[in-house]
Amino acid sequence: MITVSQTLEAIKDSSAEEVVSQCIERIENSKFNTFITVAKDSAPEAARKAEGHTGPLAGVPIAIKDNISTRGIQTTCASKILGGYVPPYDAHVIERLKAAGAIIVGKVNMDEFAMGTSTESSYYGPTLNPWDPERVPGGSSGGSAATVAAGEVPLSLGSDTGGSVRCPASFCGVVGLKPTYGVISRYGLISYANSLEQIGPIASNVGDMTLLFNVIAGHDPRDSTSVAGEKDYTKALVNDVKGLTIGVPKEYFGEGIDQAVEKSVWDGVHRLEDLGASWQEVEMPHTKYALAAYYVIAMSEASSNLARFDGMRYGLRLEKDHDWHTTYSEIRAQGFGEEVKRRILLGTYALSAGYMDKYYIKALKVRTLIRQDFERALKDTDVLIAPTMPTPAFKLSEKISDPLTLYMADVNTVPINLAGVPSVSLPCGFSDGLPIGLQIMGKHFDEETVIRTAYTFEQNTDFHTKAPEVV
Amino acid sequence: MITTKDVEHIGWLARLKIEEEQLEGYAGQMNSVLDYFGQLDEVDTEGVEPTYHVLEMNNVFRDDEVTDCLTQDEAIGNAPRTQDGYFKAPRII
Repeated sequence: MITVSQTLEAIKDSSAEEVVSQCIERIENSKFNTFITVAKDSAPEAARKAEGHTGPLAGVPIAIKDNISTRGIQTTCASKILGGYVPPYDAHVIERLKAAGAIIVGKVNMDEFAMGTSTESSYYGPTLNPWDPERVPGGSSGGSAATVAAGEVPLSLGSDTGGSVRCPASFCGVVGLKPTYGVISRYGLISYANSLEQIGPIASNVGDMTLLFNVIAGHDPRDSTSVAGEKDYTKALVNDVKGLTIGVPKEYFGEGIDQAVEKSVWDGVHRLEDLGASWQEVEMPHTKYALAAYYVIAMSEASSNLARFDGMRYGLRLEKDHDWHTTYSEIRAQGFGEEVKRRILLGTYALSAGYMDKYYIKALKVRTLIRQDFERALKDTDVLIAPTMPTPAFKLSEKISDPLTLYMADVNTVPINLAGVPSVSLPCGFSDGLPIGLQIMGKHFDEETVIRTAYTFEQNTDFHTKAPEVV
Repeated sequence: MITTKDVEHIGWLARLKIEEEQLEGYAGQMNSVLDYFGQLDEVDTEGVEPTYHVLEMNNVFRDDEVTDCLTQDEAIGNAPRTQDGYFKAPRII
């Protein structure tokens, strides 16, 4: 894997253009189907212009998940319905990246409209896990994590609605953060479930992830849920957890958890204890209802958000128009994939007259109870630690045929989005050569403690120094 | 219990045509997912307020000032069909 400091060193020794060109060559030779669109022309040109730039990421290549709008670069959400769509504007995070001197080298693969846990629902084919190409990279930001793990780019952006940054970070052995809801502007992020999602940074180590987070976090009046205030998160890169109290929720070590995952995460807790932290078990009794509440809410919001894809203003349009209703219904039938259709149908049902109270409103009330679980658990503790995923990466096609089985894999990641708290996933071990991810959750707007805990763990372990053998 | 007829109707509500041969498959999958959602009934939510939003934010106001926006060409640049600078939609009547 490549670090930002190595990249800045290489730019100093040659040039940003040279470094970006080498990066594009690696991407084009990727064996893992990481990218949907490579910015072959615009990236080297942007790198030329970045000579002499003094921003923190001057000349550093970055991969962007394909649901984040990039002016002049195709943005498809890995869907047929958005094939050929070229946004006329940049997302807020892209504006900030450009201002920091970063170079957008292209758009990475994902589950269609970010709906999935394996990156297998992409219209452009699945991304493969660099640690074992027969396995999934996780999802939905599978391309974002796999391209960093494969050493193609030092940094990437994903988005996390129910675990979509942390799951692939865990499966690919990299570091990914889902920030507190509202810390990063969603302006230009193509919505799936907007009350749950945040854009999140991915890198090979905690320091680089924090550097990237620092660049993209901040207030933006164009997103009404964006919170005010700027912070320097790099100040949280402190190798010290003395006096810190860790909560360990036993509900996150439930049925179906892999033994190696359970052991690695506990080893991680004990490592932090050796370094001066203390830990205690905490109870989060509504955890088992999080998955159902999450899917009801996410599907309901999706059915509404995806109503805009009708082929009129962008995307797929069929040869012949019929009447209004038939035209839309056929465009959407041909443009959306199976899982997207399933979620639109279920979401439409959950919001329909007669069922709204039973499903949608009920799920929102359960969401309140889950949020209160977090408030209680974090009252006497500083952070919570649990496995990111109950297992290491599973095999391609192993779960995709049964939607419910695939949804179950998100059991430890969705509660965090319902509560809106920050959470980072970082490598804490291996099982048969596959990475295991440890999840550190914190209080609303307390990314600093989460980052400090992650950084201390990383500085005192060597899991982040391992990389897949990419031949 | 969702029937194939229900799937067709929900598809119509969502402006999503479901092919005849797929109705059965969707009905089965929707029923198993809805069964799973049924476990929410076990939770006592008497007196619990719904969370629409995790942040305690209400209306967010800004000054009513003209700022830069997309040009007409940029705005319709991705449209598959346009006419005289407008999006062209199918006939309504």
